[in-house]
Amino acid sequence: MSTVLVLAELTPSGVRPATLELLTAARALGEPAAVVVGPVADDVRAALAKHGATTVYAVDAPDADRYLALPKAQALVDLAGQTSPAAILITSGTEGKDVAAKVAVRLDAGIITDAVAVASDGGTVTATQAVVAGSQHATSEFTRTPAVITMRPNATSAEAAPAAGEVQQMSVSTADAAQGGEITARTEKAASGRPELTDAAVVVAGGRGVGSEDGFGVIEQLADALGGAVGATRAVTDLSWASHDLQVGQTGKTVAPNLYVAAGVSGAIQHRAGMQSSKIIVAINKDPKAPIFAISDFGVVGDLHQVLPALIDQVKSRRG
Amino acid sequence: MKIVVLVKYVPEPTAVWKFAPDHTLDRAAVDGRLSELDEYAVEQAVRLVEGGADAEITYVTVGPAKAKDGLLKALAIGGDKGVHIVDDAMHGSDALATSLVLAKALEKVGYDLVLTGMASTDAEMSVVPAMVADRLGINQATFAKSLAVDGDAVTITRDSEAAGLEVKTQLPAIVSVTDQTGEARYPAFRQIMMAKKKPIETLSLADLGVGADSVGSGAAAVKVRSMEPAPARQAGTLITDDGTGAAQVADFLAARGLL
Repeated sequence: MSTVLVLAELTPSGVRPATLELLTAARALGEPAAVVVGPVADDVRAALAKHGATTVYAVDAPDADRYLALPKAQALVDLAGQTSPAAILITSGTEGKDVAAKVAVRLDAGIITDAVAVASDGGTVTATQAVVAGSQHATSEFTRTPAVITMRPNATSAEAAPAAGEVQQMSVSTADAAQGGEITARTEKAASGRPELTDAAVVVAGGRGVGSEDGFGVIEQLADALGGAVGATRAVTDLSWASHDLQVGQTGKTVAPNLYVAAGVSGAIQHRAGMQSSKIIVAINKDPKAPIFAISDFGVVGDLHQVLPALIDQVKSRRG
Repeated sequence: MKIVVLVKYVPEPTAVWKFAPDHTLDRAAVDGRLSELDEYAVEQAVRLVEGGADAEITYVTVGPAKAKDGLLKALAIGGDKGVHIVDDAMHGSDALATSLVLAKALEKVGYDLVLTGMASTDAEMSVVPAMVADRLGINQATFAKSLAVDGDAVTITRDSEAAGLEVKTQLPAIVSVTDQTGEARYPAFRQIMMAKKKPIETLSLADLGVGADSVGSGAAAVKVRSMEPAPARQAGTLITDDGTGAAQVADFLAARGLL
């Protein structure tokens, strides 16, 4: 069976959930091999093996913390030369897309970004994307291998399928590493204690209807009551009521949580493009004609500053 | 300095998009516009010149005859000239082919700083800037929230999943910018009229030395096999809050195991 290379991402607490989703998706295309740029701790190896990684490549790439994209891309290119993979899977994101772009050029390979599903049809790899602001699903086939695919977090669920997870060390030197851009300063996001927006199972998002920066506080309180992440519309981040990295939509993050609560969000097409793959959508808005209601499983026409505090009480009392 | 802005003429996001039998976007059947996300790149180029950069701004686009309107819109915002690559052989091209053609165009036009939007608003792949940079073997700084150019030094800020980053590189370089860099100005009527007098050069693939067999659907490593409406989201229950709205939401969530 062909190898499928999966670029693993680590967080301070271990393996990013999106990586485990990639390993799960990869099993439909071949035999997953995880690629970790950096050392592989025992718990990381165990998590990757549990989700189907037959091999875990521990890549020594000294430039990877200093330069964006290229050290990781070169590691994948080198491994592709050794393993002739059917596909290379990467999580969608700014650096993920840059890595995928470099790999595709260097391997003269086809590329699809933001896939929501992958499949193998008699050895031909296919990938499905949500296009036209999420209204259409385009399924593309790769006419040659490898298929370079970035997948959206939360598009699939991670499922265990234990495999050997044998660690292999390798090192990569990237002569042109600086071409990806040198990271000269890094400001870690303030620890909110909340899950990462794109990975979260629950997202509570506020729109202009929250009324003010103070008014946005109720969004955060509901998110905390539900154990979810906080999102915002572009109007809210433009007004600096919430930080830009919380923006959901075409020019912000794309999310697909189990539950998306949209409060004071009208539902402009650019916002819907970033959240309409959510499994359940609940909307609260004063305007009964708000477009968000057309895609909501449950809508409340009302004042979010009345409904959300009461909902927070309900959540707290029902969860005990 | 030569600033080149890569721009794309795309279907109006709010129009009904039609697809041809080969699943390519029927661009002739839909009203188009300069991609909104490219306007931010145009604006950054114009601001660099206004800020004192001794630079000429050239716009490059690949697209059918109508794509000239996108160049005219950019030229109305500012800048000096346009280059329009038109060739029927481009039909069905994938990102590999698009990046090849743009790289060849940049070699022909000459560049120090190449600016692009963070994505097109039609294909939304966000990969062409990084692909073009790799083909040219030049530096990149992508997904910029802010951009500063000082001599040959380029500094951007951008977000990663876990952190805000400052990224530096040197010219020649490709920089893709996000909507955080600042709204594009609206051109005045006079600028729209003046734009029509600015030179637009039309080039074919042969002019760029690109063989027709290396682009288009024949060369594509990716082909769209099917296009289906996404599972339609139905509007569900809609209630008007009478004081019990929160309790009804909680009931709804509990019934689905979400509480």
